Amino acid sequence: MLSKRIIPCLDVRNGRTTKGIKFKDNVEIGDPVEMARFYYEEGADELVFYDITASHEKRDIMIDVVKRVAETIFIPFSVGGGIRTLDDMHAVLLAGAEKVSVNSAAVKNPEIISRGAKAFGSQCVVLGMDVKYVGKKQGIDSGYEIVINGGRKFMGLDALSWAKKARDLGAGEICLNSIDADGTKDGYEMNLTRMISDNIDIPVIASGGAGTPAHLADVLKQGRASAALIASMVHYGTYTISEIKKYLDGHGVKIRKTF
Amino acid sequence: MIVIVDYGAGNLTSVLRAVSFLGFKSVISDRPEEILEADRIIFPGVGAAGSAMDGMKIRGIDAVMKKAFNSGTPMLGICVGCQIIMEKSEENDASCLGFIPGEVKAFSKKMRSDENMETEENFFLKVPHMGWNSLEIVQNHPLFNGIKKEDEFYFVHSYYPVPVKKEHIFGTTEYGINFASVIGYDNLFASQFHLEKSGEPGLLILKNFCVWEPC
Repeated sequence: MLSKRIIPCLDVRNGRTTKGIKFKDNVEIGDPVEMARFYYEEGADELVFYDITASHEKRDIMIDVVKRVAETIFIPFSVGGGIRTLDDMHAVLLAGAEKVSVNSAAVKNPEIISRGAKAFGSQCVVLGMDVKYVGKKQGIDSGYEIVINGGRKFMGLDALSWAKKARDLGAGEICLNSIDADGTKDGYEMNLTRMISDNIDIPVIASGGAGTPAHLADVLKQGRASAALIASMVHYGTYTISEIKKYLDGHGVKIRKTF
Repeated sequence: MIVIVDYGAGNLTSVLRAVSFLGFKSVISDRPEEILEADRIIFPGVGAAGSAMDGMKIRGIDAVMKKAFNSGTPMLGICVGCQIIMEKSEENDASCLGFIPGEVKAFSKKMRSDENMETEENFFLKVPHMGWNSLEIVQNHPLFNGIKKEDEFYFVHSYYPVPVKKEHIFGTTEYGINFASVIGYDNLFASQFHLEKSGEPGLLILKNFCVWEPC
């Protein structure tokens, strides 16, 4: 039986993670390669790197990070942030990432999904979606709208129909981030996750709002997500991946036992 | 020298990195003479079996693979490499290498997902089968040395091999149905999961392959 995946997400700016992780002895480390290695050994099922480097010129730094990560960890990882062209996708995949995620660029130019899927295979192409609850209205049948630029720009695009369209264009997976839940530590956006997961036949990674292992259990069971993204709850040492996995194992969620 | 066969079916550098991490030398090549001289052959790949076979034929590697197999060179297929060794694929009715009798079939969305059993609703199976899943070893093999019952492996695929003969099946996995996830015979071993992305247990099988002496 397929296991639910636990995926730490690392934000990288100019080759450094923006939030260092605190190990048990409170040593802070901001090197994404060391952090990747740490989570790999702790039992992460996959990793996500999100490049928040502002300038396009500095993207080579990220490529170098990807290469170094690929040399030392042997689980899948994806890279997102600032992916605009087929060349951007190619560079990241060639450097050793398993998957590449597109977000705003795909909203502006959906063709990047189909072209990416055709060139590298659907399994490489993750659609990142930033979603905000706006209530049902004209053009937003599901009540959830796609936003870009970190939640500032509303696109007039319904989240469910966009997910369906992206799937038809060849996206192999969806990383679903709720802007409303993001940073709250109050739990994932359950209604949104379940709606997308029940209506789209590709895997859905839930993102935004994780604060406790119980939140993961909820979104992986009732929310029917295939995977859960986590960030601050592990970066600050509040929980270890083993603790989270033990909790999930004890609460009826099938996970890969690495503890 | 270990040769990783490049037949245009995806990014092979992760396999190369894993092999060199284990301390073995390998090269990526699509040159028939280099493949024929190899001590060991690995053929990874992603995507469709049909286009993977086309990639082999264009490079004239299909005949070379058959020659290498018959000469007893240890061979390891990964993912789509585990599919092209069958006779044919359901996908566009593509004919494959035919080392193992049987065909390659697609997961059907009508298959019932084994999760969410607590409800009466009939949930469709998410395709591709993506993520970590267990392996039930149904026949011992030297490449399984050190593998534990609870070890899981990373899968990404929409098709699976269906060997005709039981003796060709070494491991099975559950996803909607019970399918053959490790197949082979003689000097051939193939896994549907990605050994290079399956953490320690994946690396262990890869390492076992790098020193395997088939009888």
